[in-house]
Amino acid sequence: MIPELGHFALAMALAFCIAQTALPLWGAQRRDARLMAAAVPLANAAMLSVLVAFICLATSYAVNDTSVVNVVQNSHSAKPMIYKITGTWGNHEGSMVLWVLVLTLCGAAVAGFGRDLPSVLQARVLGVLGAIAVGFLLFVLFTSNPFDRVWPPAPDGQGLNPLLQDFGLAVHPPLLYLGYVGTAVTFAFAVAALIEGRVDAAWGAWVRPWALASWGFLTCGIALGSWWAYYELGWGGYWFWDPVENSSLLPWLASTALLHSAVVVEKRGALKVWTVFLALMAFALSMMGTFLVRSGVLNSVHTFAADPARGVFILIMLGAFVGGAFALFAWRAPAMAPQGVFAPVSREGALVLNNLLLSCITAVVLVGTLYPLFLDLIAGRMISVGPPFFNMATAPLALPLIAAMALGPLMPWKRADLWPVMQRLWWVALVALAGFIIALVLTGQRALPALGFAAGLWLIFGAAADIIDRVRRAENPWARARALPRAAWGAAIAHAGMGVTALGVAGMALSTETLVALNPGQSTSFAGYEWRLDGVRDSPGPNFTARRADVSVLVDGAVVFTMTPAKRTFPIARTTTTEAAIRTNGMRDLYLVLGEEREGGAVLRIHHNPLAPWIWLGALTMALGAATSLSDRRVRVAAPSRRAVAAPA
Amino acid sequence: MSGVLNRRRLLLAAPLGVAAAAGVGFWAMLSGLQDGSFNPRGVPSALLGRPPPDFALPPVEGSTLPGFASADLRGLERPSLVNFWASWCVPCIIEHPQLMALRAEGVPIFGISYKDRAPDALQFLSRRGDPFLRLAADPPGRVAIDWGVYGVPESYILDRQGIIRWRYAGPITADIMNEDVKPLLRRHA
Amino acid sequence: MTRRRRRLTVLLLCALGLGTATALTLTAFQDNLVFFQSPSDIAANPPPPARAFRLGGLVEEGSVTRDSTPEGRPRIGFRVTDGQSTVAVQYSGVLPDLFREGQGVVTLGQMGPDGVFLAREVLARHDENYMPPEVAEALRRTGHWNPASGAAPPPGGRPTAGGRS
Repeated sequence: MIPELGHFALAMALAFCIAQTALPLWGAQRRDARLMAAAVPLANAAMLSVLVAFICLATSYAVNDTSVVNVVQNSHSAKPMIYKITGTWGNHEGSMVLWVLVLTLCGAAVAGFGRDLPSVLQARVLGVLGAIAVGFLLFVLFTSNPFDRVWPPAPDGQGLNPLLQDFGLAVHPPLLYLGYVGTAVTFAFAVAALIEGRVDAAWGAWVRPWALASWGFLTCGIALGSWWAYYELGWGGYWFWDPVENSSLLPWLASTALLHSAVVVEKRGALKVWTVFLALMAFALSMMGTFLVRSGVLNSVHTFAADPARGVFILIMLGAFVGGAFALFAWRAPAMAPQGVFAPVSREGALVLNNLLLSCITAVVLVGTLYPLFLDLIAGRMISVGPPFFNMATAPLALPLIAAMALGPLMPWKRADLWPVMQRLWWVALVALAGFIIALVLTGQRALPALGFAAGLWLIFGAAADIIDRVRRAENPWARARALPRAAWGAAIAHAGMGVTALGVAGMALSTETLVALNPGQSTSFAGYEWRLDGVRDSPGPNFTARRADVSVLVDGAVVFTMTPAKRTFPIARTTTTEAAIRTNGMRDLYLVLGEEREGGAVLRIHHNPLAPWIWLGALTMALGAATSLSDRRVRVAAPSRRAVAAPA
Repeated sequence: MSGVLNRRRLLLAAPLGVAAAAGVGFWAMLSGLQDGSFNPRGVPSALLGRPPPDFALPPVEGSTLPGFASADLRGLERPSLVNFWASWCVPCIIEHPQLMALRAEGVPIFGISYKDRAPDALQFLSRRGDPFLRLAADPPGRVAIDWGVYGVPESYILDRQGIIRWRYAGPITADIMNEDVKPLLRRHA
Repeated sequence: MTRRRRRLTVLLLCALGLGTATALTLTAFQDNLVFFQSPSDIAANPPPPARAFRLGGLVEEGSVTRDSTPEGRPRIGFRVTDGQSTVAVQYSGVLPDLFREGQGVVTLGQMGPDGVFLAREVLARHDENYMPPEVAEALRRTGHWNPASGAAPPPGGRPTAGGRS
């Protein structure tokens, strides 16, 4: 009964969303207040229906209802309860339901918080969001219905992809979806603005919090995904420039650019067309990522079970939304007159530079990701583009971006002089230079990691300089610091977070690794420790069997701690996963992987990863910056309505 | 001024053009995925356009059908199909009706029983029907390695001169049959 | 500064940025595109020694050997074949769990001076019982699955992740 209820709720949601698309858009065109007012209750109803469907699906998973095909394929009674629940979205169908749920939640949020929004704009935004939801609901109902029954019920499920049976990956997709769907909201705002043919400061003020929220979630999602790859794949790296990773990075880059250009629209009324373009682009890139990951055109280590038929459907949606939006853009944007004059050296100028560099990085990553696909298609040659390409092509663009990141916030709007800004940053430059020289000496003259350390210090102290500069002249600096706008704090925190990540990346560039074959009782020395293999044993888990190595780590002959890397075998899914053992003290990770067993002994791979945790710490800091900014009253909803009146049409 | 405006118009239409080009490309990839001509995971067969590697295989023990060697695949009256299969392979069951249909049309099918026990293979054929003109046994799977077989079922179309023209890893479903196998057999007839 | 000059500066800046990005992409492509080669490709056109590429084929039966490098790192040697030619491979690292003799494999690395392929990464491919995901799904759905004819098909059609060192 519960699956049927869920199926019915999805169908209801589809009906609500069709109404949510048609009525407000029509109403906004005719300026009919009653039709436009229908958008709010419809958005809420759609959200509730999808919520019911999602709860039904989660319940089917929780009780292991083996008459539901989706449960049979992806779950098993022996799975721990928490992973039964997370298994709801650990597969293609369920993840699409979660996607639609988040999308309708955003719709409800726009409906709920958007009372101050001009009613025509709100109606159009909700209409566009409704249209996107219609597309995804059709997709779920017609190509990936999670509520399909099987008769007779299977005796038990066939297990979840064991790689997905993991906390990091249970949380990673929902966060990423929150981010992706956030780009759908900014996309809806952009389309609404194009229909209206007008972009004003109120629009910028409305887009910014959504862009911020979406960016924060994307940051968390990408960081979690990278952390997962680090501890689960057992390769000792944190970012592989895998096409799937890239397809989540691309919307992040676009949305970082959007975040900054929306500020210019809000404060100065310039860069309007460009900002609209970025909003469209961020969503187009998220959709493209979804397409690449789900359709099976990519060859990657972490794709969902791929199905070209689904790909066709996503591509049609992609064509309808993105193609439609770009066509609208080509038609309407030329009429939006450029506005807002500023000198090249100014806050706006710095933000333009930021956008330019970010767009270039986005383009490079996009080309590197798609080129192998198109070459295979056109020339039939099989190639792959690996990390060396991306590192080489993006680093020279990232460095000036980082250099400008500390300068920009100190520049006044409209027109600035570089010299006074440099004067206020001289001590930061000194710290960075000192860091560079020290790192160069300590690492044996490896320039790139040293440059990374300098960049990290430049960003962190640059952010500090920004705050100090704002409070320095006040009588009571502490009170002034507390009274600073949260948005200023948010920007400083996010920039500092980027610096922390840069330090982590620089540290990881210095990581060392060794491979040894040890017999029980034998030991090897590496990274200042002695590593002794005590033995390899069987260690059964709830739904897997494992081979586990006991390794004692010694200093001066005394055991300091033990590490137990393992290999898990999942008999039901017939796969094996590697469980790296990781020991961190915040400044470095010791990372141990169990390889094949040889004549009673085992092959071990040991990594020493300096500053590895800082990569994710920095990402969390960035997300914290976004949250701080969002908590600013002026970023939130109250201001726009006031500004809407004041802003010139 | 109108020149500036036109240039602006063109610039703002550029994203649409790029998106459209990418869309066409993705579409081609998807249709390629479905007919097997685009496969990001696959490894192209080294044998296309060449004769098969030399081999000579014995018949399956207890079968009336003779085994065959590479020489037997040359100079046939019509293009033929070489099919690697096994009784333990489930997709082979899905593929079987299509093979029977081809046999009924008179297409010579050379079967190679891959890593299988003779009684199991014969039982499979007696229960479901025998589509093969000749049937050879490759219990250790050595010849399959020379052909570059990934797994079973896997099929090859050879033209009348015995040159490999097509290979397909996976079961020949009704769709594959209509979209690939039959047109190819006609083209090389 | 006039409006015209300003516009020109911005345009120049954009052109500079895009130009740099293009130049970077092209130079990076030149050195870092990783081509896929089969053993016969290598036999026909031996690749230059310092160039990384991916080598794919089947692991020849009985070719796997285990020893150590002079520095004491454990090492695995095997031969990759495509039926026409064979290439010897050496790999010092953790093998993926699905690495088997007679099975498909893709390795990333470069040719050593003595014609041996030195692999940095090894990825195992395909299960022996080849089963496209649509088929596996169709089977489950129609209930035609007969457990007596073998183990259940692996869920999905995902490639098997391997190890990198």
